[in-house]
Amino acid sequence: MRYIPHTPEDIRQMLEAIGVGSVEELFSTVPASVRLDRSLELPGPFSEAELLREVRKLSQANAGLDHYSSFLGGGAYNHFIPAVVDHLVSRSEFYTAYTPYQPEISQGTLQMIFEYQTLICQLTGMEVANASMYDGATACAEAVLMAVRSTRKKRVLLSAGLHPEWRQTVETYCRYLELDLETVAVDASGATDAAALAGALGKDVACVVAGYPNFFGVIENLEALFALAAEAGALSVAAVQEPVALGLLRSPGELGADIVVGEGQSFGIPVSYGGPGLGFFASKQKLMRTLPGRLVGRTQDLDGKPGFVLTLATREQHIRREKATSNICSNQGLCALMAAIYLCLVGKRGLRDLAQQNLAKARYAREQLCALPGVTPAHSALTFNEFVLNVPGDLDALLERLAAEGILGGIHLKRFDAAMEGQLLVCVTEQNSREEIDALVRAIAGGVK
Amino acid sequence: MDFPNHLFYTEEHEWISIEADVATVGITDFAQDSLGDVVFVELPEVGSQVESGKPFGVVESVKAVSDIYSPLSGEVLEINEELPDTPELVNSSPYEDAWMVKIKLASKDELGDLLDVEAYKAFVEQQ
Amino acid sequence: MTTVARGLIQEEKLIFEHSDPGRRGFDLPPLDVPEAKLPEEFVREEIPGFPEVSEVDVVRHFTRLSTWNYGVDGGFYPLGSCTMKYNPKINELLCRLPGFAHIHPYAPEALSQGALELMYRLQQALGEISGFPAVTLQPAAGAHGELAGILMIRAWHEAKGKARRKVLIPDTAHGTNPATAAMCGYEVVPVASDADGILKAETVRALMDEDVAALMMTNPNTLGLFESDVKEICDIVHEKGGMVYADGANLNALMGIARPGDMGIDVMHFNLHKTFSTPHGGGGPGSGPVGVTAELAPFLPVPLVVSEQGRYRLESDLPQSIGRMKAFYGHFGVLVRAYAYICTLGPQGLRHASEMAVLAANYVRARLEGAYHLPYTGRSMHEVVFSDRDLAGGCATLDVAKSLIDRGFHPPTIYFPLVVRGALMIEPTETESKEVLDEFCDAMLEIARQAAEDPRQLKDAPVRAKVRRLDEAAAARKPVLRWTPES
Repeated sequence: MRYIPHTPEDIRQMLEAIGVGSVEELFSTVPASVRLDRSLELPGPFSEAELLREVRKLSQANAGLDHYSSFLGGGAYNHFIPAVVDHLVSRSEFYTAYTPYQPEISQGTLQMIFEYQTLICQLTGMEVANASMYDGATACAEAVLMAVRSTRKKRVLLSAGLHPEWRQTVETYCRYLELDLETVAVDASGATDAAALAGALGKDVACVVAGYPNFFGVIENLEALFALAAEAGALSVAAVQEPVALGLLRSPGELGADIVVGEGQSFGIPVSYGGPGLGFFASKQKLMRTLPGRLVGRTQDLDGKPGFVLTLATREQHIRREKATSNICSNQGLCALMAAIYLCLVGKRGLRDLAQQNLAKARYAREQLCALPGVTPAHSALTFNEFVLNVPGDLDALLERLAAEGILGGIHLKRFDAAMEGQLLVCVTEQNSREEIDALVRAIAGGVK
Repeated sequence: MDFPNHLFYTEEHEWISIEADVATVGITDFAQDSLGDVVFVELPEVGSQVESGKPFGVVESVKAVSDIYSPLSGEVLEINEELPDTPELVNSSPYEDAWMVKIKLASKDELGDLLDVEAYKAFVEQQ
Repeated sequence: MTTVARGLIQEEKLIFEHSDPGRRGFDLPPLDVPEAKLPEEFVREEIPGFPEVSEVDVVRHFTRLSTWNYGVDGGFYPLGSCTMKYNPKINELLCRLPGFAHIHPYAPEALSQGALELMYRLQQALGEISGFPAVTLQPAAGAHGELAGILMIRAWHEAKGKARRKVLIPDTAHGTNPATAAMCGYEVVPVASDADGILKAETVRALMDEDVAALMMTNPNTLGLFESDVKEICDIVHEKGGMVYADGANLNALMGIARPGDMGIDVMHFNLHKTFSTPHGGGGPGSGPVGVTAELAPFLPVPLVVSEQGRYRLESDLPQSIGRMKAFYGHFGVLVRAYAYICTLGPQGLRHASEMAVLAANYVRARLEGAYHLPYTGRSMHEVVFSDRDLAGGCATLDVAKSLIDRGFHPPTIYFPLVVRGALMIEPTETESKEVLDEFCDAMLEIARQAAEDPRQLKDAPVRAKVRRLDEAAAARKPVLRWTPES
């Protein structure tokens, strides 16, 4: 076995040093009654060549985005990833290291996270950010728990425009905490209904959570929603599922958010069938001590030289145990690194240009598609790089036909809610050329008739 | 380790000094020493009610966190406003500069439950 | 002095301090559709201080940062309870294949058959290794798996109409265990392990009542000892209508030797980033699949991968499910690596890996016993816990750890488990050769000698790393958690 170096002679010497006659003796405390009395039934062992052949075959049975023209979004986005990102994250000093518990030999990871925290603060308009969470959905759930913790209130208002899988994740996390999770409807524009929110708010509300952009691609009027929340004494949570939008849109911080969470996969992380991604989590300074997850801070060493450490650890499970702010004990270190590298490369101008291209391409596609007979926009509000269309006829059959032509045409929203039968969520990024968009329009025209 | 004679103590390692019906409370030299470098102190709000044996605040070092239990019941008259900004006072001056709260006692009956310096020293010995 | 490191350390500023207005590290193709504008009130101002750097700046910056890190590829990393084994390179290549890295979670199932088949095969393999009939791959890390597991236990109790209030957790447990129980609305009851570090059946019997929903245990426990009463303990908990959760952090001691499912455990999470060789990534991403008994299977999170007539699909219709743990289906990229690892080793190889992991830990123990205090003397499994009790010169565990750094080794886990004062928890793993183990043991012995002869040297360590000991108290008193243009 090429990963295990021990020769029979090594084993003999080690057993001798231990003072036992066989490896078997080392397992003397495992009672016979719980021993496995047969071999495991598993595939392998495979040589490297065999394994590559076998696993590559599996990979080829998937619709790789290199072979398809894709208009799929819904929380996982196809953005261009510069070659530098994978090159740098492949440095094994980064990917084979553990959590930076020994700061003297982890300054690379620690400084990187400090930079990542800064970038997230800059994007979201917040004052503090943690070292990351599992994904946008779990970060959203943790934001709700944090709001409940710091306000000591029990009602939570979730916009119906929040990603349905994020909402479900919030529900799972809150299942046994005796909280009231309520939904605030979206209006015909596709944005959260401010009047409905005003009606639902009260002194007993811990927080209001709204997508930005929301699940339908709509750019919510956070300022109005969050002003209502603040008036009622509730915290405001912005949930960002497509953070490229933050290159262009006013930051949630400017609009009154107390907590901003989101999914960072768009920043240089491959879609990879939905994971691993990157949950980012930022807040106002006043909430710092109730943040979940790890934080990196700047300090000095014995010689006065600047350096970085994990800090404010008393919030965490290994110290506070059942009173911790969360049970999380990892972060998405490598994914945070990808995002940091990506954001540094893209930079101030690049991020603005990128967001502009996404906006322009999506608007072009929306206009072209809505010119087709029978196809109408489902919502009237401004959208970023995704939008929902009402498509007449059998939408599943249409999508199947598009796939046969090499086009992944969008997400039929029926999969989340039967009431959304016939509604198609289309995502257009900088990766979709005009040619591809025109081909999509032609293909749908062929099927809509 | 220093345990002034004129103070009362608890098994939760708080010290108490009594003047008329007002108790001043802090944590002992032993407590600060076992915590290590104190980095954060959270105190109750002035005007709030505290109850004997219930936590009213938190003191944190880099790698430990400890609730501060109220030794007596009553109303918080005053808190040490310096501490949140300079928590290191708990290490450097636990009995003077790092007093934490002043409590107006609800009743003097609970005073009998406190330890005198000898009893506290004996308790610390066993730790 | 035994040392395996000495080198050039380059200084490097924050990336923000490299910024120069107008520099770019990224280009886009020309816009091929008409420009679009948003109304001004929607648009943000330029972000002050956001980086403006070239591609070369970025490459040099992060390359330099990387050289300040210590990774498994660079040297021995005996962190107890973390299983820092070698991360195979073929697995990195496989998870980057375009048909894995660039597939969308909402692509039609008919066009995702390879991904679903791989997940299905991994579910089956993990089930076989652990002895559980059903496995979910959704949880993103071990603690996330714990949360899924305890939620399932609670859902099961509630379905039977008997909500219980308490969870028993041994004093040797990871902090995640009590934190998880609290997130599920349970009260934590600590359970003391015996003087020999083992959880005794009679201790559990005395605490177990009909208000206890579950016992959470780790086997082997965090002292590296096999919980030999496990079967009896499970029976006791089951008799009173409770469930037993196992933290799978230490599964690397048992592959092919004994299966938690056969011990009476009801739920267990796997740490693919420990036992199954996927990289720790400087903190993540991990992956924490969960295996359960048939009794608990209806409560698994959705979606699950199922197989029907040679086709694979995602099943979301589980009426009793606890719901969804995260968006999409788990850390797929990590699952590919773990599957590749299992296939590479095969059934005999996995067993051999566990045997060699246990051999290595016992070898390190044999070499260090005597020089370091061994508080629990039962047979060690894959890790061994020493303490600083017998160190001379007033030296402590922290000094030993920092001195190891100067000698080119990553320190063991320190000050955990909490039941050992000044704990040094060493887990060598099976992928380290006898030569490496000897170098490490030599360094440890030398440190123990130095504690007696020249303790100052230990207390000053490290002196050869990028930085010396850092002021953690200052970091926590006045937290600086980000750069600002003024700072």
